[in-house]
Amino acid sequence: MTFFDLLELDFVQTALIAAAVLGLVAGVLGPLVVTRKMAFAVHGTSELAFTGGAAALLLGVSVGYGALAGSILAAVLLGVLSRRESDRDSVIGAILAFGLGMGILMLALYKGRASNKFGLLTGQIVGVDSTDLNLLVVSSVAVLAVLAVIYRPLFFASVDPDVAVSRGVPVRALSVVFAVLVGVATALSVQVVGALLVLALMITPAAAAMRVTASPLRATVLSVVFAEVAAVGGILLSLQPGLPVSALVTAVSFVIYLVCRGVGAVRGRAV
Amino acid sequence: MSAISLRGARLSYGDRVLWDGLDLDVEPGEFLAVLGPNGSGKTSLMRVLLGLQPLSSGTVSIAGGNHAIGYIPQQRALDQSMTLRGRDLVSLGLDGHRWGLGLRGRRERRVRVDAAIESVGGSAYADSPVGLLSGGEQQRLRVAQALVGDPGVMLCDEPLLSLDLANQRVVSELIDKRRREADTAVLFVTHELNPVLPLVDRVLYLVGGRFRVGTPEEVMNSRTLSELYRTPVEVVRVRDQILVVGAGACEEQTHHLSAEAVS
Repeated sequence: MTFFDLLELDFVQTALIAAAVLGLVAGVLGPLVVTRKMAFAVHGTSELAFTGGAAALLLGVSVGYGALAGSILAAVLLGVLSRRESDRDSVIGAILAFGLGMGILMLALYKGRASNKFGLLTGQIVGVDSTDLNLLVVSSVAVLAVLAVIYRPLFFASVDPDVAVSRGVPVRALSVVFAVLVGVATALSVQVVGALLVLALMITPAAAAMRVTASPLRATVLSVVFAEVAAVGGILLSLQPGLPVSALVTAVSFVIYLVCRGVGAVRGRAV
Repeated sequence: MSAISLRGARLSYGDRVLWDGLDLDVEPGEFLAVLGPNGSGKTSLMRVLLGLQPLSSGTVSIAGGNHAIGYIPQQRALDQSMTLRGRDLVSLGLDGHRWGLGLRGRRERRVRVDAAIESVGGSAYADSPVGLLSGGEQQRLRVAQALVGDPGVMLCDEPLLSLDLANQRVVSELIDKRRREADTAVLFVTHELNPVLPLVDRVLYLVGGRFRVGTPEEVMNSRTLSELYRTPVEVVRVRDQILVVGAGACEEQTHHLSAEAVS
């Protein structure tokens, strides 16, 4: 089949839509995640999304719902257990390791197709069916809607917490809400790039954007563009040679990051 | 009507009383310095005024409520890679606490933010990443951030800490200018009185549950401070500076003041 024949396929189109939606959500959340130094939290959350997905496989329900349940649970646990900033790293480490272990146990008990198991860790976007797509679109709209309401105080709390507190911004409550939003987005990303590679969509594009601009608005726009290029571009590149989607998504994402680092180093950070 | 009013205010954590029976009125345009060693309840007083800490008993009121407050924190090193320009920092002081994206009213916001930046002489670096600015530049923008909301009360929490003398002067003069021009009440928490001494109308001195309110002359003398610290303390005036000498209890002051006397 030629490249264009492949594009006609239903599952390829579904995958492209899923990737585009995900790129938007991950791109918008990314700069906030990076500013709040939550890269490790995202990774920990995605491991629990994996656990949830594995439990769903075992129970015979949709992996999408399992992943969602796992990562929201992770977000709430992290919010409750790491009340102090200094605790956060170790709490994530402890939860992540346990969640991963449980996930492996559940996969061992699961008797179905082996590719389903592998897909949870490394992504299998071509396996996204229309039910998953609906869930993905609805969840994404919900995340973006909530974010639109809390964006300004959340940004304030992220960059300038002391003064935000003094202005009556509910900094703690916002951080729990944001953790849940990140949890939802993480669960969605797990289906596309897999639990191990969520950072390629949630962190790398934002980190790249923040290398080349200091304007919060421009950083967000660039982060969305980079995430879209990585997600959609990664799928397109993977079609003809038949390579794993996640490998190409992460590769595109990383190349963008390197270019932005280069640009940032050469001209200093412009506005 | 007073800008800040405390009546019979008491703050205690369990058995530990930070202060009790505190009556304090700060009038519009008045500059009040709050002094005292670490742990004397300066920061807690600030938190009470910001509405973050309830009083154990007594009442507190701020004319115009919480949103009439402009708050200036200590200068802290900001993350160099942070995606935030000077003007973004100032803009957050105007409406960062409001819900929504803030897409409406962008033109008006820009006018007010520009005016606030201009008033602290920060226009040249307002578009630079804040993490790359010097401590003095950051603190000027902090003043603009507090001013942009047109506050009736300014609460300043050690805003001169870790600034050099020239920048201490610039920042304190900006705060002084505001209170003279707009009759804004200033409550200025510090452990170094000298940089702001010419501006101070009254001093609130807190030590170990005891306190004294009065003009610098009334409070900053050997007798009053010896009573507060319950140990002999000597206060010396050298030119236009006040030096507090003696007693381990005020080691902090001695250290800072003598360092300053040398420079």
